[in-house]
Amino acid sequence: MSTARTDDRGPQEGSKGLVAFAWTLVGIPLVYGLYNTVKAASALFTG
Amino acid sequence: MAVPSFLARERIVAKPGFNRWLIPPAALAVHLSIGQAYATSVYKVALVEHFNASLTEIGIIFSLAIVMLGVSAALFGTWVDKNGPRAAMATAAVFWSAGFIVGSLGIFTNQLWLVYLGYGVLGGIGLGIGYISPVSTLIKWFPDRPGLATGMAIMGFGGGAMVASPLSRQLMNWYDDDYTGAAGEVASGNSVGFLFLTLGLVYLVFMLFGAFIVRVPAADWRPHGFDPATVKQKSLVTTENVSANNAIKTPQFWLLWTVLFCNVTAGIGILEQAAPMIQDFFREGGTSAVAAAAAAGFVGLLSLFNMAGRFVWSSTSDYIGRKPIYMVYLGVGIVLYIGLATIGSSAVWLFVALAAVIISFYGGGFATVPAYLRDLFGTYQVGAIHGRLLTAWAAAGIAGPLIINGILDMQGEPGNLVASDYRPALFIMVGILAVGFVANLLIKPVAEKYFEPKPTDVPEAASTTGDRSLTR
Repeated sequence: MSTARTDDRGPQEGSKGLVAFAWTLVGIPLVYGLYNTVKAASALFTG
Repeated sequence: MAVPSFLARERIVAKPGFNRWLIPPAALAVHLSIGQAYATSVYKVALVEHFNASLTEIGIIFSLAIVMLGVSAALFGTWVDKNGPRAAMATAAVFWSAGFIVGSLGIFTNQLWLVYLGYGVLGGIGLGIGYISPVSTLIKWFPDRPGLATGMAIMGFGGGAMVASPLSRQLMNWYDDDYTGAAGEVASGNSVGFLFLTLGLVYLVFMLFGAFIVRVPAADWRPHGFDPATVKQKSLVTTENVSANNAIKTPQFWLLWTVLFCNVTAGIGILEQAAPMIQDFFREGGTSAVAAAAAAGFVGLLSLFNMAGRFVWSSTSDYIGRKPIYMVYLGVGIVLYIGLATIGSSAVWLFVALAAVIISFYGGGFATVPAYLRDLFGTYQVGAIHGRLLTAWAAAGIAGPLIINGILDMQGEPGNLVASDYRPALFIMVGILAVGFVANLLIKPVAEKYFEPKPTDVPEAASTTGDRSLTR
């Protein structure tokens, strides 16, 4: 077995844009769902 | 069963410098999609009217999907571990999407059996493979924070319903001019057919995006500054590996199966009954102090706590350990359930607070279990072991509603129940949690005889495919 480890010395610059894009893509529906659920849940305190 | 080369595990081994924070959104893309399974109530009545069927006949569609989730996760877990997350995510995307498309065909042609076959069987297989597809990959990318990593993904499953419910209402509104999404309105069957078609295509693209960006770490990769020896210092955490076939021979697997079964059964008891339960708890003289809209708000609040619990409690388990966190879920859960049964009806805020924390423990139980499995059995086939453990979910999905509905049926008619009618069911849940608590206490490290032989001089490609050259 190889003894030299592939140590993570931090992400490459180019990958940061892709990470931001990926998080935005999953974040938008998540925020949409959260907003609608909080709106529905608020009826518990106002309805 | 071989997979096309572009999906193969060895094609997606990350290069040095790869940013591991790309893996959680890949997992979320899958879990947010399959979490739609919890949002089926939005169009349930529309299907009842379209097919002129009973609620039970329509309910079979979703029950079939959950049963197939358990069966496929158990059967395909080893295949998922062997072929890697891209193959698994792509397969799940195809099955999940095909389920919707075949289901829509059934709706358009008025053939309920096609919806059973589509959403129930094909979609259910997509659910099972999709649920376990990112788990072992996340654990390998985050050996320092496995609870946080799996918590993020499994939080997505809870979030999927939150996205799908309003989105489905909006889409049905587009496809049916007479439907506005207001309480009591029922959309046309055709609009549900178009909804299925749309969701099938959207989820296919979204899940394939996850499959496209996912990578596995090289066999010798470690996060910067991470020392596996520090993990080993915690009790119950092994650096050894146990195969899925051996894992199910250990008492630890079945004790954990019992823990998950008890935790899920108790949570489902409240989740299934949430809206009528809060109204019944505050009913006096035939009228409830909680309006129907407020009860629907309570269901929304529980979904928030269900989702938040998956992330918060699972992440917390990285610091306090898996066994202690389950002692909290089950032990504090017992106290909360007793509180609900005895003083829950004294104030709405108290009832809501008790139920919300209980549901956060329910979500936390789901999200923490992959990391618990990693601690006990290692990373070798943790996806396959997780798949087999999920049969506890399927069993609890039957037991939980059976218990609560059975007891309530004996107490009286729906709409006339009061808080005291729930007490027998709630105390049964206390007993179930106590069984889970004891099972968790009995979990000890896995015996050495179940460990996989140590790999020696294994070429990297072989070790990443799960094929091992083994010597003692």
